Amino acid sequence: MLDHILSILIFFPALAGVLGFVVNKDSIRSYGVAVATIEFVLALWLWFAFDNTVSGMQFMETIALIPTFGINYIVGVDGISMFIIILAAFFTMIGIASLGDTKDIKNMIITLLFLQMTMVGVFVALDAIIFYVFWELSLVPMLYIIGAWGGPLRIYASVKFFLYTFAGSLVMLVGMLFMAYFYYQATGQWSFALLDWYRLILPETFQLWLFVAFFFGFAIKVPMFPFHTWLPYAHGQAPTIGSVILAAILLKMGTYAFIRFSLPLFPDASVYFMYPIAVLAIIMIIYTAMVAYAQKDVKQVVAYSSVSHMGVIILGTFALNVEGISGSIFLMIAHGVVSGALFLLVGVIYDRRHTKMMDQFGGLAHVMPKYATIFGIMMMASVGMPLTINFVGEFLSLLGFYQQSHILTLLAGIAIIVGAIYMLAAYKKMFFGNVTKEENKNLPDVNKRELIALVPLVIITIWLGIYPKPVLGPINTSVESVVQLMHEKSITEEAKKRIPNLLEDITITKTSMKGAH
Amino acid sequence: MLSPVNISMESLNLITLAPMLIPVVGALLIIIMDLFKSEQDKSLYVMISLLILGIDFMALLESAGVFAKDGTVMGVFDVMMIDGLAILSQFIIVVASMLFIPLALSKSRFSEYAYAEFFALFLFMIAGFQFMVSTDNLILVFVGLETASLALYTLIAMHNRDKSFEAAVKYFTMGALAAGFYSFGAMVFYALTGSVEINQIASVLSDNNYADIGFVLVGVVFMLASFGFKLSMVPFHTWTPDVYEGSSSALAGYMSIVPKIAAFVVAMRLFEFLIHSGVVWLEVVLYALVVITMTMANIWALVQQDVKRMLAYSSISHAGFVMAAILIGTTQANSALFFYWILFSVTNLGSFSMLWISRQKKLPSGQQSDHSFDKFSGLAKTSPLAASIMALFMLSLAGLPPFALFWGKMYMISAAVTGGYTVLALIMALNSAIAGYYYLKLIVYMFMKDPIIVHNADISAVNATNAIKTIVGVAVIGTIFAFLTVNSLLEFVTSFVYNSGY
Repeated sequence: MLDHILSILIFFPALAGVLGFVVNKDSIRSYGVAVATIEFVLALWLWFAFDNTVSGMQFMETIALIPTFGINYIVGVDGISMFIIILAAFFTMIGIASLGDTKDIKNMIITLLFLQMTMVGVFVALDAIIFYVFWELSLVPMLYIIGAWGGPLRIYASVKFFLYTFAGSLVMLVGMLFMAYFYYQATGQWSFALLDWYRLILPETFQLWLFVAFFFGFAIKVPMFPFHTWLPYAHGQAPTIGSVILAAILLKMGTYAFIRFSLPLFPDASVYFMYPIAVLAIIMIIYTAMVAYAQKDVKQVVAYSSVSHMGVIILGTFALNVEGISGSIFLMIAHGVVSGALFLLVGVIYDRRHTKMMDQFGGLAHVMPKYATIFGIMMMASVGMPLTINFVGEFLSLLGFYQQSHILTLLAGIAIIVGAIYMLAAYKKMFFGNVTKEENKNLPDVNKRELIALVPLVIITIWLGIYPKPVLGPINTSVESVVQLMHEKSITEEAKKRIPNLLEDITITKTSMKGAH
Repeated sequence: MLSPVNISMESLNLITLAPMLIPVVGALLIIIMDLFKSEQDKSLYVMISLLILGIDFMALLESAGVFAKDGTVMGVFDVMMIDGLAILSQFIIVVASMLFIPLALSKSRFSEYAYAEFFALFLFMIAGFQFMVSTDNLILVFVGLETASLALYTLIAMHNRDKSFEAAVKYFTMGALAAGFYSFGAMVFYALTGSVEINQIASVLSDNNYADIGFVLVGVVFMLASFGFKLSMVPFHTWTPDVYEGSSSALAGYMSIVPKIAAFVVAMRLFEFLIHSGVVWLEVVLYALVVITMTMANIWALVQQDVKRMLAYSSISHAGFVMAAILIGTTQANSALFFYWILFSVTNLGSFSMLWISRQKKLPSGQQSDHSFDKFSGLAKTSPLAASIMALFMLSLAGLPPFALFWGKMYMISAAVTGGYTVLALIMALNSAIAGYYYLKLIVYMFMKDPIIVHNADISAVNATNAIKTIVGVAVIGTIFAFLTVNSLLEFVTSFVYNSGY
């Protein structure tokens, strides 16, 4: 069974979703929670069975699909993707468990289960077309979630979300077809397998064009400045569960794809575009942080802060060294946990007051002390306080990029301080002071169902903030092999210099150790 | 004194003629049956037609076997021809017709199906299309084209509504113009080369090294205009939405597939050698035609208020997309044309059948047209299954993986990439994104809006019978599980196209 664990992880939720049509409406929530828990346990089992010392792909499966055109169903997992899969399973579970009273709850839960299939599929796919299939398919459930359960502008928001991402990914598809064609020219055989593509060394001009084509697909998904305009609408209109999944998992598809596709396939282009992308990332960090400060709606604050942190992830990724990339992957998980939790928390207050405007609140700390505590911890984590999960990721990402450029890193560091300002300001507006509004005086504190969702997130936030090694270890092992591959594949001098050669480092340490003796 | 004509039966190679003769004989049979006992139920004629098409299909399998063994075969004084293109397109024609004809078994009574002539004309039309694709001879192409078109005009008019007459007359006028252009173009080529056979024309033209390039271009212009009308390329497309709107949904779906594949094959035979021989002007014009057809049709489709008109523009856009294959002209592109069209037929027949299923006999008040977007508003609440099926077809048409049309789209764009048409590949990709919007619009109406028009009964299946439901089921299965068949389909299509030298 362990040989097929990845396929089971992908298709189990979908199959359960189909069977879910039969389940009675009153029991569908229990059914959803049960299925998502089984999926989560399977994901944990994957972690348990995962060999931390191996840097390459594990649990690989290959099934021929369209061999004449080089498309095969290939899945595998390594340290980079494993924790995101676990995160996806985890968030689907607590998302369904914390789901409040929703209309058409049956459709919602079945949609979430389908969404889970596509999310897991994206992160384990090792064939470009299979990756593309899941990548595109993930749009449909999200379109439905936003469009059917969203706010007043839901149709505009959902269609914008869909078309934006769809357009970007079609450009990416052209890039993939080009890549396969270059592979065909080089070897005489069609192949869309990622591991085959890794072996292909392309001339720099080709790399640049292909990098741009892939960039459109990924950057819109992340979303990077200036392609980010769909996200505030999507978050603003989506129901809580939609925002949680969107922020925690779906956005990670973009940053994950950068590490899986762009960096190892086009190392020279990655170096070439390092500065422009870093500048975009820093604009994204600063600009969205400032926009977040100007928001009146607490959900928009969280949404923009989420975009802002995605900028740090991009910055870490394009540090192109082990610290930066490991840090950015860790930050993906951290960002998933923290911003997912913040969206859940916003959902908690929205369920009670049906408003997200901050001036409607004030003094909530007196009325809802538990809520204020959890919100406070998550807010601190979001700001990047040491000993919380975000700190580790941000620190490593910036440390990585510091080796490439001091000034840009400094700028990014300052921007994180702006992050502290708007988050603290928002917190002050909502929780401190006197209770001014009559409606707020008797608000019930977080109930058991919400605690089930929030407490594990708090535990993870602090646990991984203090002791990140169980997660960081496997990530590091896999990232080292990616960086080494990039170094070996790169052809320009500049790229050889920018991307460290890890084997050399080891020999240096050995000689220095000898010298010390 | 005339010497007796001596022809051996073997040299006639009658197998080349068999697939077309079967529907002709079948049509005559239906007319004779009507003579003996008229006013019979439509189900009789539907089943007879289905059986005849089945025999036709067997004959095609036979000729496919001949082609696989001997390669291209000529017959009947070298007029008829069996090659890969002919066989592939006839497969599409016959199978699409087999999927179409059971749609006549609707629940509501529509006058056209009461006449035996409808089915006779239908079979004559198929024979016409089959003649058109399986010959190299411009005159026989013309005969096939006219046989098929005249039958088709009548089929449209038989729907017996004001709009249907308008549609038929419009189509007839435009078709007559196209036929005129076609015969003019053929005349020019005959005057230049003394032959009406495409391969002869090609060899004569290349022997004298395109000395009369001016006249060649005149011929090409007439031919382009003629095929522009038949394939509804922009700017010759204006009849399409009106004709689709005027004819029944089932017939509109049929028109978006079968006549076009026949025209594509002839266009491929004719234009391929011209492009390959470096008639740069043709390449430029075709390039422009392809891009404009794709893009403009997509933009017009965005603003339609009626689902059928939207699908009409969408099928114009798809035709433009496929026309790119003729422009690119590599084996991969030509295979992609058939591959795409097969997958497109499944999905498009499915979506038009869904319209047909929900066709009311009388328009309720507040509903502008037969299939306005408003009618589908909130369908997911009243009949989730129908809404999901319709959404599936829309997503497939939009090219969302892993549904049927995605594979066609991917292979077609890949053909553009491989053929060196990078910009075209990007335009094709971006057009798919534009098209995403109007397909999504229907999904938005069905799933995210509340019902606008109050229907007394479940409108999603007012016209449904088991036969129609079966057809929809076939289309659904074909659309979802296309990825399982893609490999064998691709191998099959590529080997046929490659072996006929395209």
